[in-house]
Amino acid sequence: MMNRINQKLQEDKKLLSIYFTAGYPNLHDTETILQNLEASGVDMIEIGLPFSDPLADGPTIQASSTQALKNGMTTEVLFNQLKDVRKSVSIPLIIMGYFNPMLQYGIDAFCKKCAEIGIDGLIIPDLPVDVYNEQYKTTFEKFGLINVFLITPQTSVERIHFIDSISNGFIYMVSSASVTGSQSGFGEEQSNYFKRISNMNLKNPQIIGFGISNNETFTQATTYAKGAIIGSAFIKHLSKEGVKETDSFVKSILNKT
Amino acid sequence: MSYNINEKGYYGEFGGAYIPEMLYPNVEELRQNYLKVMAEPKFQKEFKQLLKDYVGRPSPLYFAKRLSKKYNTKIYLKREDLNHTGAHKINNTIGQILMAQRLGKKRIIAETGAGQHGVATATVCALMGLECIVYMGEIDIARQAPNVARMKMLGATVVPALSGSRTLKDATNEAIRDWINNPVDTHYIIGSVVGPHPYPDMVARFQAVISEEIQWQLQEQEGKTKPDYVIACVGGGSNAAGAYYHYLEDTDVKLIAIEAAGLGVDSGESAATSVLGKEGIIHGSKTLLMQTKDGQITEPYSISAGLDYPGVGPMHAHLYKSGRAQFISITDNEAMKAGLELCKLEGIIPAIESSHALAVFEQKKFKPNDVVVLSLSGRGDKDLETYINYFKL
Repeated sequence: MMNRINQKLQEDKKLLSIYFTAGYPNLHDTETILQNLEASGVDMIEIGLPFSDPLADGPTIQASSTQALKNGMTTEVLFNQLKDVRKSVSIPLIIMGYFNPMLQYGIDAFCKKCAEIGIDGLIIPDLPVDVYNEQYKTTFEKFGLINVFLITPQTSVERIHFIDSISNGFIYMVSSASVTGSQSGFGEEQSNYFKRISNMNLKNPQIIGFGISNNETFTQATTYAKGAIIGSAFIKHLSKEGVKETDSFVKSILNKT
Repeated sequence: MSYNINEKGYYGEFGGAYIPEMLYPNVEELRQNYLKVMAEPKFQKEFKQLLKDYVGRPSPLYFAKRLSKKYNTKIYLKREDLNHTGAHKINNTIGQILMAQRLGKKRIIAETGAGQHGVATATVCALMGLECIVYMGEIDIARQAPNVARMKMLGATVVPALSGSRTLKDATNEAIRDWINNPVDTHYIIGSVVGPHPYPDMVARFQAVISEEIQWQLQEQEGKTKPDYVIACVGGGSNAAGAYYHYLEDTDVKLIAIEAAGLGVDSGESAATSVLGKEGIIHGSKTLLMQTKDGQITEPYSISAGLDYPGVGPMHAHLYKSGRAQFISITDNEAMKAGLELCKLEGIIPAIESSHALAVFEQKKFKPNDVVVLSLSGRGDKDLETYINYFKL
């Protein structure tokens, strides 16, 4: 069976992917958020496994992680919450988290659990490409998991080709040299970068993240890429409006009323 | 077995560069250049000249007569406390500021806990006329006011780290984030043998001047280059790495690492990473660190701010796991007592970090003919308030 991520990438549309931190705002919001996002028309979801020291993230996601940990979120709790998720959610699900909590759980056990639940892929910002390639690729593939790698405006052409060669889903394009949630709007520099990557004709489609917060930035990003990922802006929305109001957020991004 | 770093950036199984892709170009630029730059005769000349004329090196290797008598062994103190800015930290910041210049960087960032590394960084930035931003946990800013003032006087901007537990590990996270946001013009001066490769090795090489000097100073005084023991305290582990460096592969020289037990290893208020830590990833390096069973990094405790770090450098993780170094934990009380003893016996007020190392003599018996070199990593001026409160002076 084809991985849900690959199936989704074949659809003839621009994809909206949403990130949220599991255990935030409340410990047991995970399932509600997942169901609401799917109902609102989101194409893919990244479930953040919170970490005490998320160094690629800005203040919004770090604060949500700190709160989630305070609420009692752990790897085990998250897996329990997701146990029956495939009965109610059918879009691709990705777990995004830092490497240390996964390492402590055991990479093999972690991947096995993901496969059992029906998780389709992982994003691990601090697992280097070469370490993955040498030590963990076989395990991920054994459990049918897609590992998603990041590229940035500073990533060399040679390295982009290498990352493309070992990827089998999509490439996560970081929009600019920044941590999450620190941009407002894209300028010419970003457009040029989006164009440059688009013209490389990579084997894997690209999805742009970091700095997407509204319809304007979503449209800019998806002019060049297959889709866009929103994280911090959604977390901010959650903290203001709570889990019930996800529909209005998604509609505002897609400009549907 | 080798105790040095291998070509992939690991000490045994520890080390590496577990960093987000956003940091890869910065770290890779440094990795490709650091050995080449350090090998340049012009670089070496300038580094050595500054260590001599500005830092005041060589630091004396002082035979501590009364201390030796009391513990019936031969104790030499490597006087890093006499360096400019009061600790070994400046050996590394001098090296790294020269490295930053060679790489064409205009802006310097650093993290600091107690403020010692922040002061050493602000100092070399003033020396070279470079912009300096120091990240410091909001809680540490409140409890280390004199060092905050020093950094400001030296022209640095001190930025409070408001995230997480608002201490050293969070200041490090903030510095890393700054580097992600400023990938081209900025050099990050890490203060210890921690972080992604090549930092642990680069910092160890800059601190290696300590053991280089010990070799010839011991030759002058004892007629041999090798001591029986080298002892140093370990927070992240940079003074220990420097004191061990030229003896790493020579197993005739026994290495002792002193960790801070805080209120006691089992008290829940401790920083004894070798005992309480497990293998994992912290700040881009695979090493031993204190964490929950779920892999969340925990907050350590020690009376000494410089030992109050939840990990150790990967070199030390390897020295521990391989048994090359003996690790001993010293409590707050044992350290404070040993610090006061050095004041009374030798007229030297040590930094509380170094006091931990000095407490080894109550824990471990040495032979009368053993030559024991102890790295006195810093002076106690910065700790006066802690000493005053502790001893009700």
